[in-house]
Amino acid sequence: MATSRKQERSIPLAYAERYREFAPALPGADLPWLKNLRQEAIARFSALGLPSPRVEAWKYTNLSTLAKQPFVPVDDADIAVSPADVAALLPPEDGPSYRMVFVNGRLRPELSAVGELPPNVRICGLAQALTDEPAQLEPHLGRVAALNGHALVALNTAFMEDGCLIQVPRDEALEAPIHLIFLGRPGATPPAYHPRIVVIAELGSRVTLIESHVGAGQGVYWSNPVTEIRAEPGAVVGHYKFQDEGPGAYHIARTDVALAAGSRYESFVMAVGAGLSRNEIRVALGGEGADCRLFGGYMMRGRQHVDNTTRIDHLVPGCTSRETYKGVLDNRSRGVFQGQIVVHKGAQKSDGRQLSRTLLLSREAEIDTKPELEIYADDVTCSHGAAVGELDDDQLFYLRTRGIDEAAARGLLIEGFMGELADEIGFARVRDRMLATVSAWLSERREEAA
Amino acid sequence: MTGTPDSMRAIESAVAEKYKYGFVTDIAAESAPPGLSEAIVRFISAKKDEPEWLLDWRLKAYRLWTTVQEREPTWAKVQYPKIDYQDACYYSAPISDADRPKSLDEIDPQLLATYEKLGIPLKEQEVLAGVAVDAVFDSVSVATTFKGKLAEMGVIFCPISEAVREHPELVRRYLGSVVPYADNFFATLNSAVFTDGSFVYIPEGVRCPMELSTYFRINAANTGQFERTLIIAEAGSYVSYLEGCTAPMRDENQLHAAVVELVAFDDAEIKYSTVQNWYPGDENGKGGIYNFVTKRGACRGRNAKISWTQVETGSAITWKYPSCILQGDNSVGEFYSVAITNNRQQADTGTKMIHIGKNTKSRIISKGIAVGRSDSTYRGLVRILPGADNARNYTQCDSLLIGEQCGAHTVPYIESRNRSARIEHEATTSKIAEDQLFYCRQRGIGEEDAVALIVNGFCREVLQELPMEFAVEAQKLVGISLEGSVG
Amino acid sequence: MLEIKNLRVVVDDKEILKGLDLTVPAGEVHAIMGPNGSGKSTLSYVLAGRDGYEVRDGGVTYLGKDLLAIMPEQRAREGVFLAFQYPVEIPGVGSATFLKTAVNAVRKHRGEKEFDALEFLKLVRAKREALGISEEMMRRPLNVGFSGGEKKRNEILQMSLLEPRLAILDETDSGLDIDALKVVADGVNALRREDRAIVVITHYQRWLDYIVPDSVHVLSEGRVVRSGGKELALELEQNGYGGIGLQAGAAV
Repeated sequence: MATSRKQERSIPLAYAERYREFAPALPGADLPWLKNLRQEAIARFSALGLPSPRVEAWKYTNLSTLAKQPFVPVDDADIAVSPADVAALLPPEDGPSYRMVFVNGRLRPELSAVGELPPNVRICGLAQALTDEPAQLEPHLGRVAALNGHALVALNTAFMEDGCLIQVPRDEALEAPIHLIFLGRPGATPPAYHPRIVVIAELGSRVTLIESHVGAGQGVYWSNPVTEIRAEPGAVVGHYKFQDEGPGAYHIARTDVALAAGSRYESFVMAVGAGLSRNEIRVALGGEGADCRLFGGYMMRGRQHVDNTTRIDHLVPGCTSRETYKGVLDNRSRGVFQGQIVVHKGAQKSDGRQLSRTLLLSREAEIDTKPELEIYADDVTCSHGAAVGELDDDQLFYLRTRGIDEAAARGLLIEGFMGELADEIGFARVRDRMLATVSAWLSERREEAA
Repeated sequence: MTGTPDSMRAIESAVAEKYKYGFVTDIAAESAPPGLSEAIVRFISAKKDEPEWLLDWRLKAYRLWTTVQEREPTWAKVQYPKIDYQDACYYSAPISDADRPKSLDEIDPQLLATYEKLGIPLKEQEVLAGVAVDAVFDSVSVATTFKGKLAEMGVIFCPISEAVREHPELVRRYLGSVVPYADNFFATLNSAVFTDGSFVYIPEGVRCPMELSTYFRINAANTGQFERTLIIAEAGSYVSYLEGCTAPMRDENQLHAAVVELVAFDDAEIKYSTVQNWYPGDENGKGGIYNFVTKRGACRGRNAKISWTQVETGSAITWKYPSCILQGDNSVGEFYSVAITNNRQQADTGTKMIHIGKNTKSRIISKGIAVGRSDSTYRGLVRILPGADNARNYTQCDSLLIGEQCGAHTVPYIESRNRSARIEHEATTSKIAEDQLFYCRQRGIGEEDAVALIVNGFCREVLQELPMEFAVEAQKLVGISLEGSVG
Repeated sequence: MLEIKNLRVVVDDKEILKGLDLTVPAGEVHAIMGPNGSGKSTLSYVLAGRDGYEVRDGGVTYLGKDLLAIMPEQRAREGVFLAFQYPVEIPGVGSATFLKTAVNAVRKHRGEKEFDALEFLKLVRAKREALGISEEMMRRPLNVGFSGGEKKRNEILQMSLLEPRLAILDETDSGLDIDALKVVADGVNALRREDRAIVVITHYQRWLDYIVPDSVHVLSEGRVVRSGGKELALELEQNGYGGIGLQAGAAV
């Protein structure tokens, strides 16, 4: 307080100041309700600004380098991407899926394969939905991901150009997962895009959503996706995300989930990519017996920065939440975990548990952890735990006495540390892919060391 | 709350427990006019016959404070109406201060009676307990017992205003060296207007033979209390210091913005214990002390150790984070805390452990109990800097909620920049287990006693850190804070 | 096979081994007994190469080579096996994965062909069944949630798979009930061979009823104070450590 250094709560973002220029080209420009929503959103963003580390929720993640990039909206006309380009960036899929591929945030039907859908199941591009059936979208868009308080949700709402609408009707159990692939392609000027995913799982339905975020190229781009998920009573939503963006990428994602009575949401986020990434999840447990499980893993090297921020609101009695995040930080990378559990007044019999564990592999790596409990009801069981350290000497020694050399022993321990997360994932294909991601990260690390 | 009607009653009666230290002592006091200005700062300094450098320091703080008034911290989870700093009185002394008493015999008998009522009979303690007591009544120290005996060992224990006169070189060297005047809003205010507090100096190699103790009491109406305590433990020395606090019941809120600075050199140990029982306000949240305190210790030497223990049951609002800066290699910081809030009380308290040196260790044990409509927050920071090889931290924060109108919160910040550091943090929030209560009752223990028993058990790890004399008082306080709760 | 001469070892500035001498020829089983704090576990850790054990004097020759000069994993590959008193739990690392990695690391070192998954599974099945280790146990993370007896059996399973030349069993009997004791002892006995030496560290003579030693050494205050045949263990059982001139009651 003594210093004269004046710290502002927001960082100017030139790109957003040019909103009026870009607005006419955005989809649904002729829809009054959407126009109003976007107007409100940009006004909100202007009022809030891009958050600086002075804003408590952004204390450990500084967006000032992002703000310095000369981002422009995506002009996708001249980006040629072949199915082989996409395939090269992803592990082969070992099963059927409803597949949608987005290049710089825009749906590419020629790369996608949604195929036959059961009756009344809707999986379609957002831009297309705004053209073909905006009335279907209006009651859902922006309802779960509220604008208030979150600048980047507001920015996404103002700028969103495409995305996906998923609606699963009552009691429909969708067997195959919906796989959304977001491919970032940096160009001469760094592109910024704002996908919006809207999921409505109706009464008693089941749906699995996989997001793959990959990058083609070393350059700078910014992906700012917002996902809103509404699970009606008894619905089950699996949501799995692999963030493997290019090294120059900024990936700032936000997911808002509203859970009704007896519904269940399971999320797993695996982050290995991007120069700077943040994955923020907010879950509102709004009906009795709702259950949410948030799991995440991150493995960072070089100067990568990863931020996992979550907030779980127990709004009504009798809900359960489980959360485990584990990460490995090498070189000069930095990790952030902020996890908040809020038990609201009257939300008795809430059961919330949270765990964060981090391994630091190098002298220069840094982890900042802020687990937070905010409890306003007395009959609850809530806990959090956080542990930070390096690999355990006793374990390392034990492995070495069995003839395993130190480097291999370290690899085995890291693999085991991350591998524990796999047990939490309820979807086998995702589990396998997660383990493969860990192995790939470790072998790259070995190669680098060699 | 799903408790039986009995347990509800027990809890409600706990909530209804009255503040038993809420009497007012009627003695003539000399006060400065209310309000804060450069003139008041000069008045305080002149009253205390201070040297030029200290006045300058106060004025620097005052001028800074006037420019940063909008920076009154807002991040804590506490709510209170805006404080009118011009409404408070910044200096009040019992009038007899003009010719300070030389011994206890010369002290105003009514004052002594006040301490008796507080359970701090100075004479008795002097004789029986061997505790040296420095009592701060409103703004000035009125008596320091056992001075002679301590002086023989080279231990200095006196009011800080006296230290300014008698040991100016020590005060000048260390005052503000741990909590600079620009540290935070309340510390800045304190630096400008502090009126008294204790000064302790333990020379090299000396193990202070008795517990040193200060008793603070706010008596005059509309008086802020801004004491400043400075403790220096030279290499190889040891001291255990206790402070207790009470204030009379008044409808107005009173501000208490103290600063405590501790410095420990090589192999030195400072144990600092607090039982804070300021008036918490009534059951509707009227009145009570705003306890906005900055406490910080610096382990400057190798193997130095600073241990904070606090039992916080009083004050309308508590805002304090006794912290340790672990500079010396192998130095150790500890924080043991019990915070009980009842009625409309709000507590936002915790610690900061800053690990700088190698092999530094810290341990945090925090127990928060929220009753009635109160809010209790643990807020803590563990920061491991890159040079702190093999640093260790263990944190355990447990919260207990009694009743469905209260809140308990845990906000830890954990920052590690050294891979060889190991940090473990655990936190739980729960209510008193019905099966524990039932078990106690089945064995014939009344509900209220059972609650007190269980809460005392919940706090045991912290209470056992207190020196014996305080542990008993603290346990009673824990009981009192909940006692009415049991019919 | 193993020759320890005047070994002095300091842990945390405290001398634990104070000039220990011990020779174990191939084909023999040697028991080391002694009160708590006599340095038994320190000896096993020094031989296995744990950090933090500073050798001040003396040396250890294993198969004619300086054992202390090489890394823990090299010792293991050269055939030194330590059955830990407290096998460490490693969450997340599957028992089977771990075993295969270790066995193949040792085989590779010996110039033998590494096992593929199928061969390895077959091999493990044969060995584990003899020790009463279930397949389900192999699927669990290493030592996590294992009972005391399961951990010890798992140690002997590893021993049988790694085929060491020198095996050191550090209080493998502790925490075992009588049935488990017999199963584990049978496992150990099955591994007695002409070219293999076994060092059994224990508190109890009972264990030596099952694994009959060729020699018994009594360790006290960091030194071997007495050596003899298996009857020395019986003598200890009857008279206690006090009976042979050590402070009584030290052995618990």
